[in-house]
Amino acid sequence: MADELEGIKAADAARPGAHPATGRPLLRIDGVVKNFGAFRAVDGVSLDIGAGEFFALLGPSGCGKTTLLRMLAGFEAPDAGRILLGGSDIAQALPHERPVNMMFQSYALFPHLSVRDNIAFGLKRAGMARADIATRVAEMVALVKLDGMEKRKPDQLSGGQRQRVALARALARRPQLLLLDEPLAALDKKLRESTQGELMELQRRLGMTFIIVTHDQEEAMTMATRIGVMDAGKLVQVASPRELYEAPRSRWIAQFVGDINLFEGELQSREAHRVTIATRDAGTLVVAEPRAPVGKTTVSVAIRPEKVKLSRRALDGDADQGPAINRLEGTVSDVCYLGGSTAYKVKLDAGGTVRSAIANTARRDSDAYSVNQRVVVWFTSNDCVVLEQ
Amino acid sequence: MGKVSRLSRFNVASLALGLAFLYLPILILVIYSFNASRLVTVWGGWSLRWYREFFNDRAMIEAAWMSLRVAVASASMATVLGTLAAMALSRGEGFRGRTLFSGMLYAPLVMPEVITGLSLLLLFVALNAERGFWTVTIAHTTLTMCFVAVVVQSRLGSLDRSLEEAAMDLGCAPVRAFLLVTLPLIAPAIVAGWMLAFTLSLDDLVIASFTTGPGSATLPIRIYSEVRLGVKPEINAICTLVIGLIAIVIVIASLASKLSSSQGESAAPL
Repeated sequence: MADELEGIKAADAARPGAHPATGRPLLRIDGVVKNFGAFRAVDGVSLDIGAGEFFALLGPSGCGKTTLLRMLAGFEAPDAGRILLGGSDIAQALPHERPVNMMFQSYALFPHLSVRDNIAFGLKRAGMARADIATRVAEMVALVKLDGMEKRKPDQLSGGQRQRVALARALARRPQLLLLDEPLAALDKKLRESTQGELMELQRRLGMTFIIVTHDQEEAMTMATRIGVMDAGKLVQVASPRELYEAPRSRWIAQFVGDINLFEGELQSREAHRVTIATRDAGTLVVAEPRAPVGKTTVSVAIRPEKVKLSRRALDGDADQGPAINRLEGTVSDVCYLGGSTAYKVKLDAGGTVRSAIANTARRDSDAYSVNQRVVVWFTSNDCVVLEQ
Repeated sequence: MGKVSRLSRFNVASLALGLAFLYLPILILVIYSFNASRLVTVWGGWSLRWYREFFNDRAMIEAAWMSLRVAVASASMATVLGTLAAMALSRGEGFRGRTLFSGMLYAPLVMPEVITGLSLLLLFVALNAERGFWTVTIAHTTLTMCFVAVVVQSRLGSLDRSLEEAAMDLGCAPVRAFLLVTLPLIAPAIVAGWMLAFTLSLDDLVIASFTTGPGSATLPIRIYSEVRLGVKPEINAICTLVIGLIAIVIVIASLASKLSSSQGESAAPL
């Protein structure tokens, strides 16, 4: 587990958070606090974002992610802390004084203006020459594939088209930083998926820095190079999608990002590279030693359902070298066919329930398990994580 | 659209009765304004005689001119004040006593006019203000600004707040964002509010009679004092003209607010 994590970390290091030339991040958020009356919406968030990153702020509603984004856009002023963009503090600057643009969740298209005038709005305010505005608008229209729609009003467009106009309008001024507030929330599932791809492609092509706010962990995982998870105003973990999924820092994050099995227990012994934990309802489990030494004795063992394998009979022979294998006996209590995979619930003899997701790699279901079937649940010590919080 | 629901005979009858109740007196008034006879209740054939009479009646024309000036001036002042009040109430969501303020703004809507008129009269007397055009105009502004505020506030409430933020984000200072985005979107409501204030001022008798002074009677006051001496057919002619004017204004106002609400739908977030 430890080695594998190092590998994940190394892969992350290749994605620089700092500007390649100056070593300075494009955006530095430093101890930012925002209160609304007695409620602390953002509680001392510090974060560096490098040029060209696609960064996602992920969290449940009310966690402060949108407030943080609005502070970057200038709609809220932080009560404490600094926001440095390219080295200068913009924390108290007004929205129109910042080289930052935002795409709103409601799109906020001006209903009295045509598509063309909506896109040109920011350019006119910047005092751009007429001919240049026409060129830039044409460029933006082509970029978001809205050719032929220039004269339409927003109410004559479909949801997907409005989303594109909003994107073009926010990109037209070529901001140093583009903020996207739940940009895909209003689209249906199919359109959302294709738009995710287009946004990523656009961000790569323009080399612009995007910060997206979303409550959809799948969306964040798909698009972002790094994800910052927020809870109750605090940034609880900043990591690559992979690290966030495979090495969550707390039980809360593990449960928020994807599906997970959690078993509480007491730390029993520490051997070479592995620890043994006596869980309350899943017997004794062997887990690879975590990066940071375990401080507490009451911990949780977390394992993702797709890493939990099932078998019809006990596996024989334990490998002396390599990871230890945890084996648990139980009865299948629930089977749910999902197309690409099948989700099983297994009632363990030790008392707990474990969820397992098995990919359907063959059309015939000769491998499928049925309800009430006795099975052996197994996973290696490398596939699970010890969580203290 | 499926089946067109049909009116039953009872519905038709009650509708006709209701409309007759509302409009028969006005219809009779309009018809009799074209009466050639000097007697109000005797039909003497069609004529525009009383309209001619009115246009030659200097005192009546002056009163009508006074009323129009008061209506335009007070409607304009009420529109500015009412719009500002509506903005303060719909934007400043957090400020203390907001509920109290909006309640206080709406109170004059249900306040008996006699009380409003009397209190304003006492105020003007206390201030030793010379009563005339300006006192009536100010009094009408107090009466009508809350109507404007209600109309504009409902429009502002349906407007997506992020529209103004988007304008600021795209390089507008707050005042510019208001002028370029919010104002065009609430303009129909402002126009409707102005029209409403104009008609309210034009037909007000109670408050005007409290707050006006000698030599500056408004049209309703003038008509009322004439009628006390006996109804001349000329009055019918004047009233028909006023009805015509108000009808035009009301139609424009309702068209404006219809335009406003149809834009509102497109402005609403998805």
